[in-house]
Amino acid sequence: MKISFPRMGNSFIAFKMLINSLGHEAIVPPAPSERTLSLGVRYAPEFACIPFKILLGTYLEAIELGTEMIITSGGVGPCRAGYYGVLHQMILNDLGHKVKIMVIEPPLRDIFGFIRNVKTLIKPTRIGWRTFWHHLKTAWEKLVALDDIERISHQVRPYEVNRGETTKVYERVLQMLDEARNIQEITEARVEGERLLRQIPCDYNRPTLKVGIIGEIYVVIEPFANHDLQVTLESMGVETQRAIYLSGYTRDCFVFDSEHDVKKAAAPYLNELIGGHGINSVGETVLYARHGFDGVVQLAPFACIPEIVAKSILPKVSHDLGIPVLTLFIDEQTGKAGIQTRLEAFVDLLWQRRQMMEVRPAI
Amino acid sequence: MKGYLGIDVGSVSTNLVVLDEHDEVITSLYLRTMGQPIKVVQEGLRQIAETLGSAVEIAGAGTTGSARYLTSVMVGADAVKNEITAHAIAASRFVPEARTIIEIGGQDSKIIILRNGVVVDFAMNTVCAAGTGSFLDQQAARLNIPIERFGELAIRSQHPVRIAGRCAVFAESDMIHKQQLGHSLEDIVAGLCDALVRNYLNNVGKGKDILPPVVFQGGVAANVGIKHAFEKALGVEITVPTYYNVMGAVGAALIAKEAVSRTQQTHFKGFAVTEVKYQARSFECKGCANCCEVIQFYQDDRVIARWGDRCGKWEAMVI
Ligand code: SF4
Repeated sequence: MKISFPRMGNSFIAFKMLINSLGHEAIVPPAPSERTLSLGVRYAPEFACIPFKILLGTYLEAIELGTEMIITSGGVGPCRAGYYGVLHQMILNDLGHKVKIMVIEPPLRDIFGFIRNVKTLIKPTRIGWRTFWHHLKTAWEKLVALDDIERISHQVRPYEVNRGETTKVYERVLQMLDEARNIQEITEARVEGERLLRQIPCDYNRPTLKVGIIGEIYVVIEPFANHDLQVTLESMGVETQRAIYLSGYTRDCFVFDSEHDVKKAAAPYLNELIGGHGINSVGETVLYARHGFDGVVQLAPFACIPEIVAKSILPKVSHDLGIPVLTLFIDEQTGKAGIQTRLEAFVDLLWQRRQMMEVRPAI
Repeated sequence: MKGYLGIDVGSVSTNLVVLDEHDEVITSLYLRTMGQPIKVVQEGLRQIAETLGSAVEIAGAGTTGSARYLTSVMVGADAVKNEITAHAIAASRFVPEARTIIEIGGQDSKIIILRNGVVVDFAMNTVCAAGTGSFLDQQAARLNIPIERFGELAIRSQHPVRIAGRCAVFAESDMIHKQQLGHSLEDIVAGLCDALVRNYLNNVGKGKDILPPVVFQGGVAANVGIKHAFEKALGVEITVPTYYNVMGAVGAALIAKEAVSRTQQTHFKGFAVTEVKYQARSFECKGCANCCEVIQFYQDDRVIARWGDRCGKWEAMVI
């Protein structure tokens, strides 16, 4: 079967391998572009959030490439994202496409549904459960490696001597990871990739700021959705860190709950699940403040309820803990220039603030 | 005499100022951009050169606004700054103890929070146009009142009507409705001012610590009706600086002055740039999946700058 999936950052490299190793043909959807967005906007309800629209566009582009089935994940908690799979399915059917969307819910919530889904996948290609677990584990290793490599690229880029070099090397390392076929090769690629990235000429004496990135998972992870926010900040000499990586997120939802710290940090301000990443946004801001970050950028799709709730709480956190927060709401009207302007102003603000603190050290 | 040039090129207006060494405005200019930033900047420079004559020598130049990079390449700027920082710097120079800046221009409105002269928070309108100057312009045109008379009409009102100001479209239909109910023009105009202010405070000002002294700048600050509505809503007096509608350019000039005080020389290409043929063109790079839109900036037929690429491949080629 020809199977496709949502595209979020570089995770497609791992998903592609998994689907192929299960004996199906993976259709990698093209990286989201203006075309993807306008396709999505055309067929999505106007008030759906931007991830819904970009994903719908992605699915339509994947269908053009012959996709018969799309695998996606469900949502946790009271957020409409949980219904997006269903709604996507209906829209695609209405448009006359026969494609089937398989929504995989976290196994901790619905173990039987999970088993049923996996059975549908492995039965036609006669793969046993053992082999399935083996392939799943390999893909998982790849996902973790992809995320680790990306993390390193974010550590190196703000300090690079030659602008653009990190991005170039990073692309090459992704290629290497893409070509790795088993756990041993993945490990080798990862080690070599890290070595290449760390070798990039850097000026670690350059003064930089540290900014944490929080918000809704899709707009945080997919650079097209956030207008390449991390790289933009990094080329202004800002070191960025984000709490959400797909491997981290998947581990939390699927295996165990390691978000305990974040929830605990959020508790004084917000002690209730509000869906999406609302609680995380509050908790992570607290943690970034405690770890001495200069500021936080919150990324959210326009009209995203959990992030709106978080946004209304963040001024209090910001005030109590003395950490500036810049909120960017994103929809299809958002232009790169507007984001650039706000980021530049935010970076100016953070530098000024740092100077003030150096002149008048906190008591 | 030495002068410092500041240029603010926004989507609606283009402003130029020249400051003297004591930060006093020697000359200022307000033009409509009309989608042609290059032409307007050249025209503006021509007019500035005329007024200045040979008495003033430009010792530094700075640009701001949405076309700041393009303009900086064109004129040879010593500093390029985003309009939020530029506005803050200008305001705190003229009203040193300012703690809140309200800035409403044609397309954008922003709020900047300062403490001890340092920006600690800011916000800009995102998708909503009901809190900007062009909304007022449109409604004034619809009511057939010249925008200059708008404010004085508004402050004469005794009983402003309440107009739904959540969104420009709602506001317009609600206003038509109120007109049909027979409310006086004065009350409707005052209601519109209140609606714009409410919209601004709910959208841009939401969650911000608005403390006096409050400075009000940008084109809309000329409107006494809006100023009055803000004073009513906030319960504080509001200062409108003399050069309220060119503060971005003033900020850019101040930043340029500071930059050349460090480098001791200016990159300003001189007023001759008004005679040069500039052009910007873009293409889509097919080098990788990013498909960046790369902008090429030509002086005569030579590319003098490129930007818009994510990987640095094109930008690096020029320098
Ligand atoms: S400019 Fe660089 S990043 Fe952009 S599409 Fe071309 S090669 Fe890719």
